Amino acid sequence: MRRRQQEARLGFLEGAPLDLRPTRATGVRGVATRIKERWDRPVFFGVSSISLVALGLILFFIFREAAPVLGEIGLANFFSARWSPTGSPPSYGALPMLTGSAMVTLAALLVSIPLGFGAAAFIAEVAPRWMKDVAKSVLELLAGVPSVVYGFFGLMIVAPALQAGLGLATGRTALTAAVILGIMALPTIASLAEDALTAVPDSYREASMALGATRWQTIRDVTFPAAFSGLIGASILGMGRAVGETMAVLMVAGNAPQITASLLKPVRTLTGTIALEMAETPFGSSHYHALFGLGVILLVIALITNGLAEWFRGRLARKHGR
Amino acid sequence: MIAQVIAANPRRRRLAQRIAFTLLTISTLSAFLALGAILYTMLANGASALSWEFLSQFPRKMMTEGGIYPALVGSFYLTAGAVIVALPFAMASAIWLSEYSRGGLWVRVIRVGVNSLAGVPSIVFGLLGLAFFVKVLGFGVSVLSGALTLALLILPILIRASEEALQAVPMNFREGALALGASKWHAVRTVVLPSAIPGILTGLVLGVSRAIGETAPIMFTAAAFYMTRLPEALSDKVMALPYHIFVMATESPNYWRTRDLQFGAALVLLGMVLVMNLGAVTWRARVRRRKQW
Repeated sequence: MRRRQQEARLGFLEGAPLDLRPTRATGVRGVATRIKERWDRPVFFGVSSISLVALGLILFFIFREAAPVLGEIGLANFFSARWSPTGSPPSYGALPMLTGSAMVTLAALLVSIPLGFGAAAFIAEVAPRWMKDVAKSVLELLAGVPSVVYGFFGLMIVAPALQAGLGLATGRTALTAAVILGIMALPTIASLAEDALTAVPDSYREASMALGATRWQTIRDVTFPAAFSGLIGASILGMGRAVGETMAVLMVAGNAPQITASLLKPVRTLTGTIALEMAETPFGSSHYHALFGLGVILLVIALITNGLAEWFRGRLARKHGR
Repeated sequence: MIAQVIAANPRRRRLAQRIAFTLLTISTLSAFLALGAILYTMLANGASALSWEFLSQFPRKMMTEGGIYPALVGSFYLTAGAVIVALPFAMASAIWLSEYSRGGLWVRVIRVGVNSLAGVPSIVFGLLGLAFFVKVLGFGVSVLSGALTLALLILPILIRASEEALQAVPMNFREGALALGASKWHAVRTVVLPSAIPGILTGLVLGVSRAIGETAPIMFTAAAFYMTRLPEALSDKVMALPYHIFVMATESPNYWRTRDLQFGAALVLLGMVLVMNLGAVTWRARVRRRKQW
């Protein structure tokens, strides 16, 4: 039966002129034509490696320019607590920037993880269809706002408000940067967390509701635990983005290279230091290389957080058979 | 857990749910609020600075008067250059991933590469641009260096968007073309690509809006504080709108006198980016609804 259908389908080719038949199948064309027709696979294959080439360029040049940190500056100097490139002797301690970045990022996550997970749960589990679309569009728009505009908003609105409200000497503090960064990381975390919740199969929810759980109990005790690794992945990726954010933090963090435990004091981040000092640094000087050293730290953090986030998100996908 | 569910008093359970859902709604509203606050601030303070002269004139008197024309033109050059460089590579890369690859290790390696590239902080792109384009290749601080740096930055965005658009084209479109005797490339060029164009354009708009707002990658590769003329060659420095906002707000000696101009410039940038994003998002939604293949 099947055979006959197949014959019937192909039957019209019988007795047709040769060049109407599929050329690959019959192979009647010459070698030249074949080359002309087969350039595509190797060319596209070659070009597809462009992103690897770009990544390789970044790794090579950032590490190469940072190499003198090991030699002429020395690791002991680079991980000391004093950043004073113009002092004598100059000191290139990256610790104040490491603590500054860590502080600002962690404080930002305290804002954006609860809000992000909440928004994700609302969009994925609670909101009606139209609300879902609107909320997702708003998140996308919020993610699209340029970081210099966030920084400008922080500088003009948030910093003066905090300064007046808390009676500070300056409004440009770690807290200001954390608030702005928290808003910036919110859309990243919320939309990835929403993906994670959506990846949980409906059968989980149905089983839970069938046992008599309310929708909220289902979200809290079933959906969230089932999506756990995806939520972790979302948080880690949000963290990576926050560490690497430059302009907004540069404009509101105050940029004092000091180690402090207080959120109400100005701090300096890794990204801010590079942005602030690179333009005035002579090419090839120790200072120049030290700034690339900060770049290496940023790059390594970015690659690790990215890899971890991918792994966690992949684990969720594997678990639910996607 | 079952014991818990049964034990709980129904009225308390309902109350707990109401409180929880209220909190979830508030979290979502915080995103609306943030966007609204930013938009409102820029509109309320910047609208008065907007005029045709603001868009079409050079800054005057140490940047305390006049407009943002050279910054607008500069941003246009940088962004257009980035797209012209990145788009062909991104398209070819996406075509290979979606149409030619047969899975396996290499595809995984490339995906890791694309994702990692997307996660590299923008200031690190700036460092690469400085070390490679500006110094090693000797392009100097110029439109060319800046555009190439931005091209690398938007590459992963364009690849992901194009690949997604290509994969949304149903399999039977390809099968139909191949059954008619088309070669693979012929099928891709005449059937798959045209069907994927709306999706690719959406990704392109998102890439452009990202490139136009980036400051960190062009700070040491292209941007000039102030110029009295437009760039005339690829090797010229250039003013750019986001960098202009940054220097006006922080480094300019007269920053307190130019509040209106700063808000005006920020409003123009925010407006351009939001209009592009909103356009792309709504258009994508419309295309998805219409084309139920």
